[in-house]
Amino acid sequence: MADHAGVAGGDEVDLSRRKFLTRATIATGAVGAVFAAIPFIESWRPSERARALGAPVMVDLSKLEPGQMTLPVWRRQPIFVVRRTPDMLKRISGHDGELKDPGSKDSEQPAYASNEVRSRTPEFLVLIAICTHLGCLPKQRFDAGALSASWPGGFWCPCHGSRFDLAGRVFAGSPASVNLRVPPYSFPKETLLLIGADEKGVAS
Amino acid sequence: MTVKTATGAAAALPKAGGGSAGKSFWAWLNKRLPVDQFLATQVTEYYAPKNFNFWYYFGSLALVVLVLQLVTGIFLTMFYKPGEATAFDSVQFIMREVDFGWLIRYLHSSGASFFFIVVYLHMFRALLYGSYKPPRELLWLLGMLVYLALMAEAFMGYVLPWGNMSFWGAQVIINLFGTIPGIGPDLVLWIRGDYGIADATLNRLFSLHVAAVPLALLGLVALHLVALHEVGSNNPDGIEIKDKVGADGKPLDGIPFHPYYTVKDFVGVAVFLVLLAIVVFFVPNLGGLFLEAPNYEPANPVSTPADITPVWYFTPYYAMLRAVPDQRLGALLLLLGVLAFLFLPWLDRSPVKSMRYRGWMSRSALAIFVVSFVGLGYLGMQPALGIYVVIARILAALYFLFFLLMPFYTKLDPVKPVPERLVYHAH
Repeated sequence: MADHAGVAGGDEVDLSRRKFLTRATIATGAVGAVFAAIPFIESWRPSERARALGAPVMVDLSKLEPGQMTLPVWRRQPIFVVRRTPDMLKRISGHDGELKDPGSKDSEQPAYASNEVRSRTPEFLVLIAICTHLGCLPKQRFDAGALSASWPGGFWCPCHGSRFDLAGRVFAGSPASVNLRVPPYSFPKETLLLIGADEKGVAS
Repeated sequence: MTVKTATGAAAALPKAGGGSAGKSFWAWLNKRLPVDQFLATQVTEYYAPKNFNFWYYFGSLALVVLVLQLVTGIFLTMFYKPGEATAFDSVQFIMREVDFGWLIRYLHSSGASFFFIVVYLHMFRALLYGSYKPPRELLWLLGMLVYLALMAEAFMGYVLPWGNMSFWGAQVIINLFGTIPGIGPDLVLWIRGDYGIADATLNRLFSLHVAAVPLALLGLVALHLVALHEVGSNNPDGIEIKDKVGADGKPLDGIPFHPYYTVKDFVGVAVFLVLLAIVVFFVPNLGGLFLEAPNYEPANPVSTPADITPVWYFTPYYAMLRAVPDQRLGALLLLLGVLAFLFLPWLDRSPVKSMRYRGWMSRSALAIFVVSFVGLGYLGMQPALGIYVVIARILAALYFLFFLLMPFYTKLDPVKPVPERLVYHAH
């Protein structure tokens, strides 16, 4: 800006030029601020360590008797693994009218668990043991009649009273809106359950 | 520096303790920092209505509790160790092995509850005397932001001891974000920083609790006070004292904040400290209201407490959440229940501010609102079963009708004539 004489009128301020420069500076600064925010926001994502610890989990099913449940932990989430008896399987049907989502249309499960018993094999039920309402741990109430005369057996959440059947499907009148979630899982061997991985690979 | 020392009080303050050395230091200081000017405009010549009553204790008390929480919080941070493996034990260490650690911690935990008692009474005062009405809309909004920041601060503080209620409370509250359509599950994962409530979650909540939110709180409180001193305090009559000024330009019904209200507020502080001491020394848990029994067990991700209830100050909203048999609608209702207060300045169409001059409609509406808020607060602590849920639904409906119908009943309300000057009886 050596040539001040070149500016018309010497002392006069070119307001439109100033306005343009001000706006351009603000716009450039705003874009910079957005980019600068990204590392801070990204830092809140699960760390590499957390992701590594979230690797698939093996569960030995050979010691699980019919009617029993085990509660392994996968990705910090307790998992219901239930070996259902033929009687328990029978108690899954017959109350579709009382369920919010009997066909599991709005619920989360892999394609192979998108059936009435919500599992790969009818015998083994694998569910994420976190109430779909607000995340409490539902309790097992497997015996028929345990909660009411017509109770077919299932899970009951102590926090806000959500009820689920023996396939993890939610009963109408519960604050939860969808069925208990099914994680991806597979059976590398007949008595070995792998939670968190299936044919499609490891869960994202 | 031209400092106007119009009143004797203002002039007396800097001179106190002053020999000539003190005086010249004071002059030196004021040339470089406008201390006298600040004290005059904000304290000794800040004119407040002369008819403040009991309900006007809670603003200054909120400041006292804020200082209490800052001081006790700073000391707790010296001994507390965030982290899954250390948090619970370090709180037990504070309680059992740090000299007077129990006192500092109980002051902090009781202080949180007293903060909400004071703030709720402060907000009720605004409802009673129409303090949110023009020209104090922004003052009200800033106050509401303080309230929201305080709720965030209290929630995060409750997670830090890493007891079982800390863990499951965090689980429930953070999962509320999961009900947001579309981004919900990813947002929850981002907030937690892990696949469940974990070390990462605890550490970030600690950082927010001791640094980010307190800074925001201090800033908001400062803005709240600047806005208050700009528009001036409302009063139990809801009459603007600035409309009637004397020949000297000062409000006829105003008195300097200092010494008149500093003296009054000190009485309030003394009574408040007695009540705080009774709780801290004799009933620090207050029967599970201030500190819940499950929080004396370490966090256990595979064991939910028999009944998850938040601390009492969140229970009105928690009851709304549980009253709805749908998680998304329930969370929305909870959010609206908190945010409804923000709209008060524009919902209230009454020509008068104070309940003293309002008719039966506004008065009954406020009474019903208080009953519904307290009732929901009680129900939020009870199990969500049977008749409790039915009553919670009725009270939640009344709660929202207070806001939704406000434009109508405040307009139809038969109001009384408002006097020209404050109604004041000298004691």
